[in-house]
Amino acid sequence: MIRFTIMRLLQAIPVLFTVITVTFFLIRQAPGGPFDAEKPVIPAVKRALEAKYNLDQPIFQQYLSYFGDLFKGDMGPSFKYPGWQVEDLIMSGLPITAELAFYALLVALVIGVLAGCVAALKPNSPQDYIPMSLAMIGICFPTFLLGPLLVLIFGFGLNLVPVSGWGDLPGDKILPSITLGAAYAAYVARLTRGGMLEVLNQDYIRTARAKGLPEWVVICKHALRGGLIPTVSFLGPAFAGLLAGSFVVETIFQIPGLGRFYVQAAFNRDYTMILGTTIFLSTLIVVFNLLSDLLATWLNPRLRQQYSGGGS
Amino acid sequence: MSEPQSIIIEAEKGTSLWADAWVRLKNNKLALFGLYVVSFLIVVAILTPWIAPYSYEAQNLDLGATPPSWAHWFGTDLFGRDLLTRVMYGGRISLAVGILATSVALVIGVAWGTVAGYVGGRTDAVMMRIVDALYALPFIIFIILLMVVFGKSILLLFLAIGAVEWLTMARIVRGQVLTIRNQEYVEAARSMGLSTPHILRKHVVPNSLGPIIVYATLTVPQVMLLEAFLSFLGLGIQPPMSSWGLLISYGAEVMEDTPWLLIFPGLALSITLFALNFLGDGLRDALDPKASKD
Amino acid sequence: MFKPYLSPYLKLCLIVPIAFLITSCGQGESNVESGNRLGIAHIGNGAEPQGMDPHVVTGVPESNIINAIFEGLVYKDASTLEVQPGVAESWEISDDGRIYTFNIRRDAKWSNGDSLTAQDFVWSWWRGLQPALGSQYVFMFFPIKNAEAFFRGEVTDFDKVGVKAIDDYTLQVELNNPTPYFLQLMDHYSTFPVHRATIEKFGEAWESYTGWTRPQNIVSNGPFKMDSWQLNRNVKVSPNPHYWDHDRIKLNGIVFYSTELSTTEERMFRAGQLHYTNESLIDRIPYYRENYPERLQIAPYVGTYLYRLNTEVEGLDDPRVRRALAMTIDRDRLVTNVLNDIFTPAYSITPPGLLGYQPPKLFDYDPEGARTLLAEAGYPNGEGFPSFELQYNTSEQHRKVAIAVQQMWNKELNIQVNLQNKDWKVYLDDENTGNFQISRGGWIADYVDPNSFLDLWITGSELNRTNWGNSEYDELVLRTAPEAKTREERFAAFYEAESIILKDMPFIPIYTYSSHHFRHPSLIGLPPNLMNFYNFRDVWLDPDWEQKLNAKRAAAVSSSSGGAQ
Repeated sequence: MIRFTIMRLLQAIPVLFTVITVTFFLIRQAPGGPFDAEKPVIPAVKRALEAKYNLDQPIFQQYLSYFGDLFKGDMGPSFKYPGWQVEDLIMSGLPITAELAFYALLVALVIGVLAGCVAALKPNSPQDYIPMSLAMIGICFPTFLLGPLLVLIFGFGLNLVPVSGWGDLPGDKILPSITLGAAYAAYVARLTRGGMLEVLNQDYIRTARAKGLPEWVVICKHALRGGLIPTVSFLGPAFAGLLAGSFVVETIFQIPGLGRFYVQAAFNRDYTMILGTTIFLSTLIVVFNLLSDLLATWLNPRLRQQYSGGGS
Repeated sequence: MSEPQSIIIEAEKGTSLWADAWVRLKNNKLALFGLYVVSFLIVVAILTPWIAPYSYEAQNLDLGATPPSWAHWFGTDLFGRDLLTRVMYGGRISLAVGILATSVALVIGVAWGTVAGYVGGRTDAVMMRIVDALYALPFIIFIILLMVVFGKSILLLFLAIGAVEWLTMARIVRGQVLTIRNQEYVEAARSMGLSTPHILRKHVVPNSLGPIIVYATLTVPQVMLLEAFLSFLGLGIQPPMSSWGLLISYGAEVMEDTPWLLIFPGLALSITLFALNFLGDGLRDALDPKASKD
Repeated sequence: MFKPYLSPYLKLCLIVPIAFLITSCGQGESNVESGNRLGIAHIGNGAEPQGMDPHVVTGVPESNIINAIFEGLVYKDASTLEVQPGVAESWEISDDGRIYTFNIRRDAKWSNGDSLTAQDFVWSWWRGLQPALGSQYVFMFFPIKNAEAFFRGEVTDFDKVGVKAIDDYTLQVELNNPTPYFLQLMDHYSTFPVHRATIEKFGEAWESYTGWTRPQNIVSNGPFKMDSWQLNRNVKVSPNPHYWDHDRIKLNGIVFYSTELSTTEERMFRAGQLHYTNESLIDRIPYYRENYPERLQIAPYVGTYLYRLNTEVEGLDDPRVRRALAMTIDRDRLVTNVLNDIFTPAYSITPPGLLGYQPPKLFDYDPEGARTLLAEAGYPNGEGFPSFELQYNTSEQHRKVAIAVQQMWNKELNIQVNLQNKDWKVYLDDENTGNFQISRGGWIADYVDPNSFLDLWITGSELNRTNWGNSEYDELVLRTAPEAKTREERFAAFYEAESIILKDMPFIPIYTYSSHHFRHPSLIGLPPNLMNFYNFRDVWLDPDWEQKLNAKRAAAVSSSSGGAQ
């Protein structure tokens, strides 16, 4: 197991290297540069700006010096907000987005696993259709619709919660978390239902039931373990996706998170910011995919055997 | 050497699996209902240019946005365009993007995930790390570049979306295959000396169809909304053409003043997604190989 | 059968989210309520500011804050935009109009208490002219003698540049030519003074974006000073106790929110989180007109919305075609039905009545005449006309205009136009390189004068981008008008120039901009003006706004019923 983890972490190095390299050259192919503006910049000023950000050097030279700085922990100043280092900007948005993503994932898991389990116990009955249909709402109401709709109902109609902000007013974290989590709740519900159905037909569940164990023990202790495997392998990408995909929710609710930086950087051609957020996100993706693989292995006894066997 | 034997197995298994599945699907009323709805929508989408009551682009600025009436069943939008017509045309785009992009994602994702999961070892590691790397690339830049290099073709947009969506599919399939490849029947097939492609096609893929179908039905709404997001950012469908996602995103902005602009496209999308899910669940249950043992 | 066993599990799973979600509901005091009590104005400010250095930044959100925390020699009046004495309490202009002598106030101070002297201006302008600093508004200095030469490195000795501190309180500026709008340049933030000691503490003078503009470091000289700056959230300012006219300032603070999405901004305004929005949401205008007319603030703005035509593209190279396209846009319907009547149809590049200048009106909505013109150009009933693209950058408003115009052209002229929505940088790149046929554009005047609209279209000007050029036009705008002796002569030259360009039509004017905001009735003293310029010096918040509004409404009702009798 430990060897497996170390191997995977070692494999992450070429992955990150490839991502940085491809991104570095890819973003420079997109039309328009970081300093293009409606009013054309005076050539002398443009030259000064390009010199300041090393853009006047040959591209390969820029690439090498970027890596040089990166190893020193310096991602360079953002092109759009040049008063800040990219790493400072990321760190300013990260805690907020991570908190948002965490709450959203919690919403998704609680609603999704619950609905999926209940549905799988009595497939093709009202007990199946009703929770699954409720979970479907998250998919039918995309974020850009669900957010304003919840604001309209709970913010203006019932006057229960603030309509925007994050940590400014009491209760303002509720609507963004639900909005972001709702879509994922439907995915979790479907994957859980599917996984549970597979497992509930397995022999060991029948054995457990035959032994006369209470049904909830059978579900929680035996069935959930195997039935959650598809959900768990979805969680890694899901959390990374929540981090990167929080853009719409952050914009709708005026949340100063990372998602806004990530998407805007692409439109601003903010090269250093694109690279910085990409490096950051790809690291997260690698880590979370690893975690969800480890979790899936731990939940699946057969795989566990195989890895410990391979490790020796 | 074991060729005749394998043909027999293939023939037996092949007919029974799909025939059984069809029988079981027919008994599942909800799934059948889903199938009818989806077929109906596809037929409407195909026939739209001939049956749409109005032109999707002709405007009547003096009319403006009006609530549903006899002349306009779904009402009209800001430009006085008939919403029913626009929902019908939007459905063509949304269904096409849903089907095409999901198929692309399905083909690439299943092939990639199956090979990685089944072969394992170094191949698996390399293939999955490629998936990790692709996950991390800045998606919007990628789309902008595609648009600039190839121009704004709708077909290309569909393919681009599919090319992005297969990554999760590959991970899920691989996870499933990892479990299956150690099952007794696969080991039995291997010990019988059957070739790897054969085992993959006849044993591994059919047995992981459940999660694949569930995830595929989840991918359809995802790609429809992704299309809306891209179009909203100006990287997708160009006006006056529209899609459900675009109609909804505009409807959401004006939902307080002209709610019908949100309700009708929203209903169209919801009905489609529900029908697809009933169908997907029905298919999953029908194709479940374990169920056939009972 | 499973139900009884399931319920404890269910309960457990339900308690967690409920406890998590329903932490503390119920709304407290809104920003507007607390703001009115404490004298703090909450302002929606659009995009996140890039920086706070007056010599470096260029955007509107930045300028709103910089105009509150800095002050130049003069400042703009809140409603008339006339020049008012700022750091300079008075000035003399020599008879030939080339020498300006500014008398700096003795009580002008920096926010840390340091005295502000004439030398501060000399140093600040020297800094502003450093090429390495990258000031994009550096041309504001160019009327000053040798300023441009110094910027280009042709003159290295700054003593040769026409700005001198005669003593601590006397600043003398020598110009190349008499420049009637020179004082207007002095109220632009790129000519504001900056605090030398603070800047030098955080880097070289010509380094941009050093730490000196951070809230804990910045030293400024305006009516307000910056207290905090939270990224993507807000910038807070409070009155500067060392400001020379401190007693005039009535607010106890301003919070500038970065509000990128106008739908969200409108929701914040409706929930009482903002006194004033960066813009009003056009879709919601009818609702506010109906229910809260007093919360709408719509006023003329010196800007024109237009479509640039690439005059080298087949079809568009014929002025008759270009005129036909302009004549088929039904601007009245477009503005009334699509844009909720907040803009004014435009038939010329300069907005009518700018400083009394009336532009020519050479065409009107006339589809019949347009078809005749198109037929003369060789495309009767649009036959054989190449299909072309109309590009615009991502925005709901641009999209709506384009959709309407596309149909007008299609219906009246039988011309097929494809819409191309492009992301901002691709759009700019294509426009700059001439890779377009028709491109959405707009122009907001840098200063209130017809010249700011007409010098765009000089042959080869970087903002022209239409490949159009006319030497007669250039002569009128570049020679005849500046050398005119009287305003009438100057305007006559402009009129003649504009007549030339409207006949050739390298662009299609569509409407004149308006500034449009949602304004809470308690916010007083921020009147609309032609440049959508914010001056917070006289702004205050009226806690009794509700009684006054009700009284006003009652008076309106009684007067209207009185009139009926």
